[in-house]
Amino acid sequence: MTREGGHHGHPHQAGADRPARRPRDDTRLALLFILPALIGFLVFLLWPTLRGIYLSFTRFNLLTPARWTGLDNYVRMAQDPVFWNALAVTVYYVVVNIAVQTVLALVIAVMMQRLTRRTWLRGVVLTPYLVSNVVAALVFLWILDYQLGIGNKLLELAGLDRVGFLVDSAWVIPTIALINVWRHVGYTALLIFAGLQTIPETLYEAGRMDGASEPRMFRTITLPLLRPVMAVVLIISVVGSFQVFDTVAIATRGGPVDSSRVLQYYIYEVAFNRFQFGYASAMSVALLVVLMIITFVQYRLTRAGTSDLA
Amino acid sequence: MTTATAPAPGVKRRPRIGRGLAWAFMVLVIVVSLFPFYWVLRTALSDNNALYAGGDSLGPVQFSWGGFQRVFGLQTGQEAIDAGGSGQPIAFWRYLLNSVLVATMVTAGQVFFSAMAAYAFARLRWRHRDKVFAVFLAGLMIPAIFTLLPNFVLIKELGLIDTVLGIALPTMLMTPFAVFFLRQFFLGISREVEEAALVEGASKTRIFFRLILPISAAPISTLSILTYITSWNEYFWPLMVSYTDRSRVLTVALGVFKSQKPQAGPDWAGLMAATLVAALPMLLLFFVFARRIVNSIGFSGIK
Repeated sequence: MTREGGHHGHPHQAGADRPARRPRDDTRLALLFILPALIGFLVFLLWPTLRGIYLSFTRFNLLTPARWTGLDNYVRMAQDPVFWNALAVTVYYVVVNIAVQTVLALVIAVMMQRLTRRTWLRGVVLTPYLVSNVVAALVFLWILDYQLGIGNKLLELAGLDRVGFLVDSAWVIPTIALINVWRHVGYTALLIFAGLQTIPETLYEAGRMDGASEPRMFRTITLPLLRPVMAVVLIISVVGSFQVFDTVAIATRGGPVDSSRVLQYYIYEVAFNRFQFGYASAMSVALLVVLMIITFVQYRLTRAGTSDLA
Repeated sequence: MTTATAPAPGVKRRPRIGRGLAWAFMVLVIVVSLFPFYWVLRTALSDNNALYAGGDSLGPVQFSWGGFQRVFGLQTGQEAIDAGGSGQPIAFWRYLLNSVLVATMVTAGQVFFSAMAAYAFARLRWRHRDKVFAVFLAGLMIPAIFTLLPNFVLIKELGLIDTVLGIALPTMLMTPFAVFFLRQFFLGISREVEEAALVEGASKTRIFFRLILPISAAPISTLSILTYITSWNEYFWPLMVSYTDRSRVLTVALGVFKSQKPQAGPDWAGLMAATLVAALPMLLLFFVFARRIVNSIGFSGIK
């Protein structure tokens, strides 16, 4: 399997003074080379993962040692309306966020491909990605402010009613979803754009010869060939989207009432305001399981899509 | 619309309208992408009280450096309160230093140690190599967010709460992605150069430092820039770990600044000034390396 495995010893090693010897073994050197990364992996990735699962079966407040309580946290979770609400709010956020972002990113990517491939344009589209979620949240908190925000002033100018984007429970999740679209859509578009580069230009030339229009070539050439790429983009962005926290923490703190209390924010509150690390861990495990199921399902769909085209 | 000189207007017109619409859409995308940046600048240079009085101009309302002065602590408490600020001290330079320290430690450590591991996975011969690599790769499956709580407990046990090192440590030694990314690149380096060096008696360590690293300067710097930006923009993890100015980074400081709301309402001018100075270093970095960053995002590549 290894690349070196099939390699026939080095020419110079098969030399005269030594009998043909097995390829040099670098075990000691390799150990030295992977040691820092291995420590990082074991201590800050593997161990916390196992520990997070363990803590989910305990009662733990940071001050006294964790006490095993079996499935108590999971029973509590199943009966906790705030948890279920948080899960529903998160799913709602993900659906809006991913739907808008994916469609927009696809359109932007196709235009960057078919209209102009200037690097500066890609740079402009990527700019929002360079600032933190915190900055994006603050900027839109100001732009969408009910009284003073330019967004609401423009709405009024257009003869519409002001909207409490981040203070009205009906608007808050779509608004947060769109703020994060603003920050991430350029990045997603660039990923898709990279996928588009792999489609041979000759296909479009052939299409043009046959008199196919741009929309038609989009349907018959771009979309089918892009399906595997889109699947990967979707998996990456859905998993990222489920982890939404920063924007909520800055812009709404879960409010009004519970309408933007996404799962990750609820977990944070339970852990750091109530010091119930056991229960918080149980909800983290639930989120992990949800993410794994979604990834698995998407992965299966991807494979089906790829085999179609091959 | 205009007198078309093209022979077959029926065929030509549709695509032209289509292209016009497409360009209009792109212009809209550009405006939406960039307008918020302008608006931050415009607000930061406005007088906060004038903003509340309902200044509607597209330029700064009553031009003032007040917002920036509050961020850099150049106004006294009372001056700041009169200008619509909270009057609480902001140790901006401290936060900037902390952000630089964290992002630098994370980037230098993560990229270097990941490169070493990637070399061992790509080029050295040792037993179970591919099995160990598969385990590393499996780490990609664990969402970062899942390890935050238990890592917080660990950092607390290590006594590193509220330290810059505590913030940096978990991502300072590796990320599965960095190892994977660099291994891919190292695998593509021609073996012949390396073997020539071996014949001349160079050790593999020497080859790594003198040959592999210099050849890989481009992907390593790309990875470094992106790691730096990601680390700089991190909020959740430093929010857990830092409690005081001692280790507070800019993102967390912005959140605190926002929550210290004066009675009358947020100090928007000050807040936007703070937002701008917090974002500016990355925007400058982007300005310098835009081409490299833009071209690096793709599937060989990043996340």
